[in-house]
Parts: sequence; C-alpha cells; structure tokens
Amino acid sequence: METTTVQSNFKSEEYFINMGPQHPATHGVLRLVLTIDGEIIKKVDPDLGYIHRSIEKMCERDSYQQIVHLTDRMDYLSSNINNEAVCLAVENALQLEVPDRVKVIRTIIGELTRISSHCLWWGVMGMDVGALTTYFYGFRDRELINDIMEETCGARLTMNYNVPGGLMFDIHPNFVSRVKKFVAHFKTKIPEYDRLLTNNVIFQKRTKGVGVLSKEDAISFGASGPVGRASGYSCDVRKYHPYSALDRVTFNEALQTEGDTFARYKVRIQEFWESLSIIEQLIDNIPEGEHRVPTNAVIKLPKGEYYQKVETARGELGVYIISTGTKNPYRLKFRSPGFSNLSLLNHIAVGGKIGDLVATMATLDLVIPDIDR
Amino acid sequence: MTNEALQNNITKWFPDAEAAGLTFSEEESQFLNIDISPNNLIELMSKLKSNEDTSFDYLFCLSGVDWGEELGVVYHLESTLHRHQLVVKVRTPDRENPTLDTVYSIWKTAEFHEREVFDFFGITFTGHPNMKRLFLTDEWQGYPLRKDYEDEINMILK
Repeated sequence: METTTVQSNFKSEEYFINMGPQHPATHGVLRLVLTIDGEIIKKVDPDLGYIHRSIEKMCERDSYQQIVHLTDRMDYLSSNINNEAVCLAVENALQLEVPDRVKVIRTIIGELTRISSHCLWWGVMGMDVGALTTYFYGFRDRELINDIMEETCGARLTMNYNVPGGLMFDIHPNFVSRVKKFVAHFKTKIPEYDRLLTNNVIFQKRTKGVGVLSKEDAISFGASGPVGRASGYSCDVRKYHPYSALDRVTFNEALQTEGDTFARYKVRIQEFWESLSIIEQLIDNIPEGEHRVPTNAVIKLPKGEYYQKVETARGELGVYIISTGTKNPYRLKFRSPGFSNLSLLNHIAVGGKIGDLVATMATLDLVIPDIDR
Repeated sequence: MTNEALQNNITKWFPDAEAAGLTFSEEESQFLNIDISPNNLIELMSKLKSNEDTSFDYLFCLSGVDWGEELGVVYHLESTLHRHQLVVKVRTPDRENPTLDTVYSIWKTAEFHEREVFDFFGITFTGHPNMKRLFLTDEWQGYPLRKDYEDEINMILK
C-alpha cells in the first residue's frame, strides 16, 4: 500500500494551462488551451472568437463599395491587398478593365504593404524569442512605408485606397521619389537584419528543427504563403494566378525545404528582396492615364459566382461571392490565410516545449482579426 | 486538364449519374461546378484526391451556404500537380437537422473549416473528430449565417 502511494505521488500527470487571450506571444486575443505533461506539449486547442465581428454577415447587407472598407479590418497588416482582392472580384464580375496605371500602382502598393507587414513580423519575431532590439529596428523601417502611405491616401494602417474601378485618388507627386529612396535605404538594412538576428547563434538554436511541417501536411492543411513555401510547397498566388501587374514582372518564389521555424523565417527575409525587386521593375514605368474608371453609384453584380484569390503577406486570401443580381452579395466568404495556418499549429507543436511553441507561433505570423473575421 | 476532360473522367466513375445526383455546370462561374448527392460525397471526394489524373490535393476553400430551401457546402479544390481547379457542391434539404459526411480524412484543413460551418449554419459533419462550435460560445442559440436568423440586439438591418 505504501509503495503505491509513493508511486502515484510521482506519476507524471497531464494538465492544461491557458496561453492567452492576453498573452503577448499570441499577438492578439487568441486563447490556446495547452495540454501539457511537464514542459512537453501534448495538445494545442485554439479557442477563437474573442473579436469575431461576423464580417461575412455584415457583407450581406452592405454595398460592394462598403465591403471594401470591412476587409481592412481582417488582416490589418495587409489591408491594401485585402482591398485589392474585393475590388478585383467586383471588377472581374462586371468585366471592367481598369487602366494600366491602376494595375501598376496597385502592385507597387501591394509589395510595399508586404514589406511593411514583414518588417513588423521581423520585429516581433525577434522580441518573442528574446531579442528586443529587433522590435525597434523593424518599426523604424516600417515607419518610412507608413509615411509614404499617409501621403498617398491619408491613412497609415487601414488604407481604403482601392475602390471598385481603380484607386480613390491618384498618387502623390512625391510618391515615386520617396519609394525609390525607401528601396535604396531598405537594401542597406536587410543585411543589418541578417547580422543582428539571422546569423545569431542563439536565435538559430531556438528555431532550427523546431515546429517542422512536411510538404504533404502543408498541402493537406491548406497552408499558404511563407508557411507553405518554407516546406518546399510552391504556392505563390502571384506566380500561379497573377493579378494586376504581376504578370509583367520577374521574381523568384522564395522557397525553402526544411519546413522548420528557421525556414519560415528565411522565406520572409528572402521575400523582402523579391518585393524590392518587383517595386524596382515597376516604379520607373508607371503608365500615364486615369486612376479610376467610373462605375455605377450602385454596383449590381450579374447573377453568378465569383472567386478571386490574392497573395497577402500571410498567404492566400480568397474572396468567394455568390450574387443573385442585387446590390448586395447573397453570400460572401473570405478564405483567410491565417485561419488555415492556425489549424496546423497543433500538428507541429505537439511534442515540443512551451518555449518552442512561442517561436513557432511567431513564424506562423498570425493576425487574429484575420482568423476571427 | 481541361474542364471537358475533367467532366469526362468524373462521369466514368459514376455509371448511374442520376442516382448519384451528379450534374455538371459551367454557367455563371469561372470553374467547373459539380453537384453531388450527400450519399456519394465521400466516394467522389476520395477519388478526386487519389486519382492520378485529377489529383485534387489542395482544398483551398470550404464554405457553408444557405440557399433558402436547402443548406449546403461548397468545396473549392485545386491540384498542386496539374494546377486545375474544380468546385463541388453538396446540398441537404433538411433544415432541422442537417447532416453531411466530413472530408477531414481526405484534407486535414477541413477540421477547422467544417467547425466554422457547423458554428454558423448548424450543419453537423458525421465522423468529424471535434464537432463543436468554433467561434461562438456553446450556449449560443441559433446559427447566425442562416438567412432566417434573427437577433434584434446584435444585428443592424437596413
């Protein structure tokens, strides 16, 4: 009898703890219910809905111009690209050809948005694993893009710059020179990022071999964006379904094969260079012309179903519209990249430690309003 | 593979197309649309993924839809090998207790997407490993994305 009591006292036991909804590593109001055995994770169960606003239901009562404004509030770091997705879907449905000038400006702004989003990610990624300096460096460079955006459309986060039919305003006269200045500046900063964090031995030990995702699982879980590409899964929407001016630029898809946290990190660093290259190819050749083609004040899409996918900073965003021919969509579904990327978290975190989970979460680059919609 | 070739291939799998509720349509959509009865859903989906010529390994969108009379699910599929795309639709007329089979065993991404559909449309997926609400609380009454859902406090109607 005595021995059994002693043994049961030392039996390893599973218990659960809450990570979030106010945990800094979850970058928003996401609650993870962790089942752990000591420090080893047995199960990760995400609890969602803390900021769910049911944007899809709101879309059913709003006009298409209004819907564009709601998309800013999903993945707010890719707001321009989200806007573009809805505008492209509406324009395709109306068979409306936007001017070349609009296409080129949309692509440049989209890539600037991607750099800005990755800057923020890089900053908080370092912070999550204990390198606080990166936070300030990332925000310093992101600030320059925010200033360009502010001058272009008056907003720094939720741009609302795209409208069905084109752009709300033409670009500011300073736009081209400021973007060029930024590109030249940022090219000197990426090597600095590498020196500071990428080549840091402690950082590499924290990230290499952690949270490994195989290519088959990446496809099965619907991973997209840098998360999919780090597993060797070629999934860049810009390559396979080019939109706006992306069919006239050449760039390499950032691919890694390891599938671990460090590979996801490297993909995003590589994407900095590719985005800069896309901007450089277009910035000197912005065609002259109108910045907008007129549309009806009340947009009615012809009866039918429309699907548009774009590559945001987090991966593949899909807009699925079912129209019955009225001024509101009958059903509108956003396939958000973060939602699918979150679903694989349990798969890659089990067996690791809580500290590894923080590093893994950081490279999934979740934006919670994008998941909660 | 072109839409026509896809259609020919898939038709061969179901000798009795009428019994399987199999219909094809390309109207009002940029994709080839397939309608299938709930009983034959898993058979069709498994073949779409495992067949070498179709090889639809990427389920990129899964949406619940309330068509008024019927509730249903729309699956958007893509092959990462052949890069062709396809839409599969399945409908159930039962609004009281709608039930469909899960495709979780074929594409793991369906786990979260089907929970979302359950949360907002009330469609139960049999065989799903964790069929409970995803965003809303367990006590929530009704399914908000259904067309007949009413909530005087939280919904602003025009």
